[in-house]
Amino acid sequence: MDLQVPEQEASFRDEVRTFLEENLTDEIREAGKMVTSVFSPVKEAMAWQTILNDKGWAAPHWPKEFGGTGWSVTQRAIFAEELVRAETPPLVPMGLHMCGPCLIGCGTQEQQKEYLPKILSGEHFWCQGYSEPGAGSDLASLKTFAEKDGDDYIINGTKIWTTYAHHANKMFALVRTRKDGKPQQGITFLLLDMDLPGISIEPIVGLDEVPEQCQVFFDNVRVPQKNRVGEENDGWTVAKYLLTFERGGQEYAPSLHVQLEKIKMMASRQQTVFGSLQDDPVWQYKLAQLEADVLALEFTEMRIKSALSAGKDPGALSSMTKILGTELLQAITELRLETLGAQATIWQPQALVPGDEQPIIGPEYALTAMPHYLNSRACSIYGGSNEVQRGIIAKAVLGL
Amino acid sequence: MNFQLSEEQQMLADSAKRFVRDNSNVETHRQNKKLMPLNEMTWQQLAELGWLAVPFEEEHGGMGMGPLETMVLLEALGEGLIMSPYIATVVLGGGFLRRADAGTQAKTIPALIEGRLQLAFAAEEYERVFSLENTTLQGVVKGDDVVLNGTKASVMNGDQADLLVVLARTAGQPGDQQGLSLFLVDANAEGIERVPHRMVDGRQGAEIRFADVSVSQAECIGELNKGYDVAKAVLQEGLLALSAESVGSMSVLLDDTVEYTKTRKQFGVSISKFQVLQFRMTDMFIAMEQTRSLLLASTLKYVEGHADADKAVHAMKAQLGRAGRKIAQEAIQIHGGMGMTDELGVGHFVKRLTAADGLFGNADVHLREMVKPA
Repeated sequence: MDLQVPEQEASFRDEVRTFLEENLTDEIREAGKMVTSVFSPVKEAMAWQTILNDKGWAAPHWPKEFGGTGWSVTQRAIFAEELVRAETPPLVPMGLHMCGPCLIGCGTQEQQKEYLPKILSGEHFWCQGYSEPGAGSDLASLKTFAEKDGDDYIINGTKIWTTYAHHANKMFALVRTRKDGKPQQGITFLLLDMDLPGISIEPIVGLDEVPEQCQVFFDNVRVPQKNRVGEENDGWTVAKYLLTFERGGQEYAPSLHVQLEKIKMMASRQQTVFGSLQDDPVWQYKLAQLEADVLALEFTEMRIKSALSAGKDPGALSSMTKILGTELLQAITELRLETLGAQATIWQPQALVPGDEQPIIGPEYALTAMPHYLNSRACSIYGGSNEVQRGIIAKAVLGL
Repeated sequence: MNFQLSEEQQMLADSAKRFVRDNSNVETHRQNKKLMPLNEMTWQQLAELGWLAVPFEEEHGGMGMGPLETMVLLEALGEGLIMSPYIATVVLGGGFLRRADAGTQAKTIPALIEGRLQLAFAAEEYERVFSLENTTLQGVVKGDDVVLNGTKASVMNGDQADLLVVLARTAGQPGDQQGLSLFLVDANAEGIERVPHRMVDGRQGAEIRFADVSVSQAECIGELNKGYDVAKAVLQEGLLALSAESVGSMSVLLDDTVEYTKTRKQFGVSISKFQVLQFRMTDMFIAMEQTRSLLLASTLKYVEGHADADKAVHAMKAQLGRAGRKIAQEAIQIHGGMGMTDELGVGHFVKRLTAADGLFGNADVHLREMVKPA
């Protein structure tokens, strides 16, 4: 066991850094700094995706034959770390990280040929139609119904918490095609166009006053059966394939490290009557706790990578990272509020919109603190709430 | 010992609760938040109900009540989404006016009670962790005047205020209690520039810049260089009021969350049946009741002038921050996606608690104050 970085991987890091320095535009950098959510401003994120795609780096985690890079697990991790360090806006994940892998694993050759290149290029902007008003944590109870009619399905129902549905031109959705039997066994995975007759979209304004989520309504929406991925009533398998594909794929620690460094800078700027806040033992104690937690998470994530590199199943470890990563992010946004005090109560969400020309009130570094704190509360809710995640570990790992 | 409300206090609580029931709703709140300035109607209503008169002497048209009645009123108002500059104008601003000279009192308090005069306490500064003695805004004595230079930040009601109470350093260094002075300044005086903004909870605030603003020494509240004690007393009344309002908001978050879990069904049952959620809501309840206890402790000790009143007020503000954050975070988490929307009241109460923690020193600041050597 060791922590040595092979020569070729160190030089790979240099290659990525050079590329970022040469290709990141000011607009994209600026947008990256203003991100207060896992979802970036659309225009800048898509511009960045185009640049990465021209280099062939938009989807490093895809197999090479579909447009991936063929990098090792470590190389992918280095690449992800460098993107975070350079504060690039995260790419919109619904196509690259959600729909794409499902098609790679379960799509027909024809579907792969038709959709994958357009996911990479950004021509297709996907949204995810999973949750419903009555089906959140209990996703399998979803009710949006697709009825067979000739070569088509006719869809009725509604989806909610559909991120960026108002920007999307495509949706991948889970719909019910059978009402009897186990709930998971009557679900089908469908691809559909967002401009179909019968679809209406209502943006939902969040705590940060930004409409990031939407509710989508289906009123007799006709979708051809050839848009089905996998077998009818077997959509649950398609959706679950993503979990296998993405295992260990998302790393939280690099971005958390960056956030902690920024908080130190902020604390150094706050004067108390005995020096800067950074010199205050109470503040230092809180920071140290978080640094220890993030270091632990970093190595938990490295254990996963190490297992994957050796072709082994990381097993239980990968179930932990969503819980740890999201709750540590929340704790860090909370320490940032504590560091900034009343400065963080100044509310100017318009200043986060890329290109906004109004002067920022208060220190610029304080601008994102409150929206990020509020928005990050969602991290322990979406993608399988942390209660659901703990339930999975209890069942699958502890055998309870 | 008696913790029962008097008949008069009970009436105040009842009428405030009625007012909230009749006037508070999320949709109006969402609209009001976007208004600059805030809805004047509400302020006039509060004036007509006589509530702006609560802490003032009867000779000025006041009701001759004190922090206990303010607590009762604000806890009830805190249960609603009523945005008003009550704390800024009546509790903080009014607190300073009550300690000003007789002439100033006669000139200002009746107008305040009628809803014609608003105030703000300009205390916080950028990149200074809040405490009164950490003040740096400079006041230089020039003959009969004092010239103010510097910037105040996150001033509650700073944009709407007609009069500002400015905390300035006229001598000594940051850290010294000696050398602080309080000035009553016309908010439109020459050299003052106000940059209005909203606060996260929808209240209005402002950055206020002072460039060679001349104030007569006659406008000093208390003695020059000896403003600390006055500032501390008024600030404590402000913190008690903010805490009372927060306790009201905590109770709504708890009630809404409990109610939501009864109606929300997943896996075939109401999620209120899940023990993991029951325990967490129980902890929210405990946190709220502990806050209510500290509110009583700090308010009574302050009113009766106990030796450990300062410590109790710091403990209260620290508890407001810690319990407020816990209750807010759990309310969102247990509501799931719905808790993240602007549509439900939950998020708006969460924002109020978050703002209350950040203003005038957060939980850490007040915990530190509790253990500071005398």
